Amino acid sequence: MATERFTDAASDAPWEAAEGLPRDGAAARIDHIVVLGLVPPGARVLDIGCGDGSLLALLRDRRGVDGRGIELSREGVNACLAQGLPVIQGDADTDLANYPDDAFDVVILSQTIQATRNPKIVLEHLLRIGRQVVISFPNFGHWRVRAELALRGRMPVTETMPESWYETQNIHHCTIRDFVGLCRLVDARIEKATALDVRGRPMRFSMPWWFWNLIGAQGVFLLRRGGTR
Amino acid sequence: MDSTLSHTAEHGAEPATPEDARRAGIEATDPRSPVMVFAIDEPLAMDSGARLGPFQIAYQTAGTLNAERSNAVLICHALTGDQHFAHRHPVTGKPGWWETLVGPGRPVDTDRYFVVCSNVIGSCMGSTGPASLNPETGRAYGLDFPLVTIRDMVRAQAMLLDRLGIPDLFLCIGGSMGGMQVLQWASLFPERVFAAMPIATGPRHSAQNIAFHEVGRQAIMADPAWAEGRYLEAGTRPAKGLGVARMGAHITYLSEPALHRKFGRRLQNRAAPTFSFNADFQIESYLRHQGLSFVERFDANAYLYLTRAMDYFDLAEDHDGVLAKAFRGSKTRFCVISFTSDWLFPTADSRAIVHALNAVAAPVAFVEVESDKGHDAFLLDEPAMFSAAQGFIDAAARARGL
Repeated sequence: MATERFTDAASDAPWEAAEGLPRDGAAARIDHIVVLGLVPPGARVLDIGCGDGSLLALLRDRRGVDGRGIELSREGVNACLAQGLPVIQGDADTDLANYPDDAFDVVILSQTIQATRNPKIVLEHLLRIGRQVVISFPNFGHWRVRAELALRGRMPVTETMPESWYETQNIHHCTIRDFVGLCRLVDARIEKATALDVRGRPMRFSMPWWFWNLIGAQGVFLLRRGGTR
Repeated sequence: MDSTLSHTAEHGAEPATPEDARRAGIEATDPRSPVMVFAIDEPLAMDSGARLGPFQIAYQTAGTLNAERSNAVLICHALTGDQHFAHRHPVTGKPGWWETLVGPGRPVDTDRYFVVCSNVIGSCMGSTGPASLNPETGRAYGLDFPLVTIRDMVRAQAMLLDRLGIPDLFLCIGGSMGGMQVLQWASLFPERVFAAMPIATGPRHSAQNIAFHEVGRQAIMADPAWAEGRYLEAGTRPAKGLGVARMGAHITYLSEPALHRKFGRRLQNRAAPTFSFNADFQIESYLRHQGLSFVERFDANAYLYLTRAMDYFDLAEDHDGVLAKAFRGSKTRFCVISFTSDWLFPTADSRAIVHALNAVAAPVAFVEVESDKGHDAFLLDEPAMFSAAQGFIDAAARARGL
């Protein structure tokens, strides 16, 4: 496992998709472009925690996907409705159990798993209802997080985790290494993985896990059920 | 139409008069709205096995059918509703019951869509029901009228649309019992429904809801004036029984917070309790008023039949107990809406619909609207419902090229 390396999630997708989008101040959008590179054209996609539907709309317009969404906030659902996106008000902890096996080609959980009550069960559902799973999360192993804890003895507040401990929705933080461990536990195969910097841009070079776990602000994984070994 | 908190006793909805009652009787057979008549050789095949014919459907429309016949909207009304969705009520004189949602520039825009709403079979506002004349006997059907189901209502609506030259619906929308019809439409005629909006409804009537209905029916049938359903010939009306039925049902349309906000324990036009069984409390006065005004516009037997139709509704039961099978292969796009304080059709009922639609990969949107107004919220001014409806309907119209 020591030789296991991150590969560039977008390496076999045309990166020019990102052209024309603002490069700064739009980390989330670039994060979306990374996801775009992972979703095959025409796929059936479920975006869990889809917010205002901007990723779903992007996938529909650029990839011709048949997209569905789940979103907690009514404002988000309304924004999706106005774009003609079929989105239901709900959340990852309670609504995934009702989807049949293999219901979607790709299931996306973006920046949400750390806010679920039971990340392991959520991940198992994702692997069950999607043939592939795209999952991204803030990396609690990032050097700045470690520095906050180690040097100041405070819970970190960073770009990807901007809220204080007493108001954050994030109740199950993990590091990239922790997540890799969970993937092994639930028998998820890691097909691709990449780390994003603090602005949400992919780090486009190959390095060992420990390195990404130190300098990646977010981890983005493409998973499939079965066979980590 | 389920009456709302906006028409309270102390704010004086106009009291019903004998003239109202007379008018209601006329509306049952000779309504002030267009009527489509189906002859004896075009009967309605009903779930009970009965073939109803001849029969008629009273309906109202707004807007204009386009040349492609692609912009038709069917509104399905609730238990005690009627076809006058955007038209002054011929008995009560009140405005159309869904003018908040339907009209020029509204989410269901009558400048863009051709909107149809028909009185359901078994009701009493001009479509054939127990108050109609039985041609075989020359007197009102009464309890000789066959039991009606939600599916019978939908089949009758489909026959009406055939006559109107409407091949398929751009949108089928309704709340409560209307929502049941929407679900039935999408299940029975999926190819005729482009978009569906079931609101404040469920895939089946719950045991609790059947229980409330049974209390209402027993109140009607316990009224001696009901006369075994033959009150029209007897020249009486089971006003007491129907009024009590309405009072009980009306509570289920509201919510505890809404009742508390509107009435609390306030007394009605008096400083202290009277130590009697007069309507000391405002809530009592309000409910009595709801009961009284209802009996002048609604037929007691029709109330029996329509509550029964809702009780019998169980879409999963019709499909081997699996709700998802009711929607298998559906291409219809759905928008399901519930209200947080609706305890008659709680959000869990709407979620059951959503989960079934998810299971068959039908495109479905779902919004739970925050409201303390209870089940009746779907008839009221609920901006969150309007904005969800507006977004969904506009997007569906774009997809349909309207």
